[in-house]
Amino acid sequence: MEQTQRRPAGVVSAPSRLLDGLQRWLPKLVIAPTFVLIGIGIYGYMLWTGILSFTSSSFLPTYDFVGFDQYAKLMANDRWLTASKNLAIFGGLFIFTCLFIGVVLAIFLDQRIRQEGAIRTIYLYPMALSMIVTGTVWKWILNPSLGIEKLMHDWGWTSFSFDWLVNSNLAIYTIVMAAVWQASGFVMALFLAGLRGVDSSIIRAARVDGASLPLIYWKIILPSLRPVFFSAVMVLAHIAIKSFDLVMAMTAGGPGYSTDLPAVFMYAHTFTRGQMGLGSASAMLMLGAILALIVPYLYSELREKRHD
Amino acid sequence: MTAFKRTLSALAVSACLLPAAAVHAGEVEVLHWWTAGGEARAAAALKEMMEEQGHTWKDFAVAGGGGEAAMTVLKTRAVSGNPPAAAQIKGLDIREWAKLGFLTSLDDVAAAENWDQLVPPMISDVMQYEGEYVAVPVNVHRVNWLWVNPQVMEKVGVEIPNTLDEFFTVADKLKAAGYIPLAHGGQPWQDATVFEAVALAVMDSDTYRKAFVEHDLDVINSAVMEEVFAKFAKVMSYVDDNAAGRDWNTATGMVIRGEAAMQIMGDWAKGEFTAAGLTPGEDYLCAAAPGTAGEFTFNVDSFAMFGLSEEENVAAQKDLARTILEPKFQTVFNQNKGSIPVRTDMDMSEFDACAQASMETFKSSADTGELVPSLAHGLATTSYVQGQVFDVVTNFVNSNDKDPVKATDQLAAAIQAAK
Repeated sequence: MEQTQRRPAGVVSAPSRLLDGLQRWLPKLVIAPTFVLIGIGIYGYMLWTGILSFTSSSFLPTYDFVGFDQYAKLMANDRWLTASKNLAIFGGLFIFTCLFIGVVLAIFLDQRIRQEGAIRTIYLYPMALSMIVTGTVWKWILNPSLGIEKLMHDWGWTSFSFDWLVNSNLAIYTIVMAAVWQASGFVMALFLAGLRGVDSSIIRAARVDGASLPLIYWKIILPSLRPVFFSAVMVLAHIAIKSFDLVMAMTAGGPGYSTDLPAVFMYAHTFTRGQMGLGSASAMLMLGAILALIVPYLYSELREKRHD
Repeated sequence: MTAFKRTLSALAVSACLLPAAAVHAGEVEVLHWWTAGGEARAAAALKEMMEEQGHTWKDFAVAGGGGEAAMTVLKTRAVSGNPPAAAQIKGLDIREWAKLGFLTSLDDVAAAENWDQLVPPMISDVMQYEGEYVAVPVNVHRVNWLWVNPQVMEKVGVEIPNTLDEFFTVADKLKAAGYIPLAHGGQPWQDATVFEAVALAVMDSDTYRKAFVEHDLDVINSAVMEEVFAKFAKVMSYVDDNAAGRDWNTATGMVIRGEAAMQIMGDWAKGEFTAAGLTPGEDYLCAAAPGTAGEFTFNVDSFAMFGLSEEENVAAQKDLARTILEPKFQTVFNQNKGSIPVRTDMDMSEFDACAQASMETFKSSADTGELVPSLAHGLATTSYVQGQVFDVVTNFVNSNDKDPVKATDQLAAAIQAAK
């Protein structure tokens, strides 16, 4: 704006000035709707959820503020505590196992084996499925009266027992199994790309020095993949915190509410139980958990940029 | 029918139709989630009857049994000032909607049609907010039913249990003979359905009402409630180990196939037996849940009527309200859905034996005060108290120690927190 005004009138002919202006404004115009949508659709609603979490909203939003009541209720709620504990178990095991399996698979695939492309596709394939499909399939496999246990019984091994899915203490681990099956192929792909990017001259030099292959991976290659580790953990942590569809398909939070996760809790209370205030409070705590991950990430990213 | 009678009834019908035709035809948009089998046929009957009166029916069916998806859509539409004419809203949620000022009064229709006489006060109370009708009841489901496979019972040589103690004896024998005594699905609402049946068997209906409708903490936090939990744990011990997450109709299938002997479930289970080609009284039996003979836990579906602006649509809405309680619709609808009419003056001869028995208990319990609202199906209390109770009950079922004293404390704490 200011620049156009400062430019002396009449120096540029009208059509080219129009073009000029268009050229300068068009990108902003094209971007603007996106910004508005993100502003309202993400940050606006985030703010609104924050506001609602301080009200006594029941099944429609109302604006009588009750302070931190909903948060206090949430902290006293047995189901929320179960959900948080489950998130810790699920998130921890899920991230760790996925990383472990992903790295191992990537290292195996990195040995220039035959049919690598085909094998890679097979491992990566679960990622193409929706979590709902994964959950439904695993529900069948793990159900004692349909899946593995029944198969073993039919084969004559009648003392075989695998009832994790219907055992309230173990059901959360069955969800970890399905989630790991879904996501470890993706982690493998990430690491494979990273491994291929490692300078082969370093490896050759290490070979010349007499290092064994496991040692080379352990001491040289994997440490150089720190950024890949970091992004893998970031992505997996997000999947864990927002995890909803997998649980809904596999156990719907059951038996009882023993496999409840915060996202399931939030949905149930906000949309089906008419406790919008409580649901919003739980959503804010989930946002807090994600921020706790993303802020250090952004910080390290920005700091690296400054060094460049 | 003689020619004279036929002429008379034709005259009567046209007299009924005249006032409807006289007003302008309007449009009714109806939000419901009756999308499966018999339910869909039931909804189609209503549509037809509205169209006969010259109105346009706009179907707003949102699939999903519990209506969760439908409720989300409804909230959005109501808040943006464009609600449908009628929506399937149940129990105390009707009052919540009315409190927020969304619903319209149906008192003129109710007075003209004499609803107060037709519908038992326990149910018409639920349809009212501050003394005005804002919703129309569609049907009555009895929840405290015991569904029995007679072949299995015969093979083992046991009778249908009438009390909880008899149930335990019978169930022990069934278990020893290698049958699953009680078919059940481990979902919170199903746990609560059995829980309320046990509660009703242990308590009398007044105590039940005090605990789950009035939330009297003296009753909730008492030795009686501990006994309810203890008996409930014992009932649940006759369920097979794989029940977690099982759908109710899968559990009914176990009774149909003779794997399990009994199931405690509302009368919508009848639809599964009918679909399997079985006849009530021969291939399957219905009895009151153990210890609740003469008592009736009701679950009423209803349509809440939203405030509309256009006159023609308001007229159509009133016609809808009237039509729902007319005997013709009540018969067609309830035969398809497995429930019983909400009017107590209906001719039940066209219904099956279970429905007739249900109607009899419905009428007698309405007189004696043994008619109680279902906790598991949202008639007794608001959805948030209900949710809290579900959490406690389902947690109790799935915990390893099943301590009735602890569960009673938790229930009291949960209800107090949600109240």
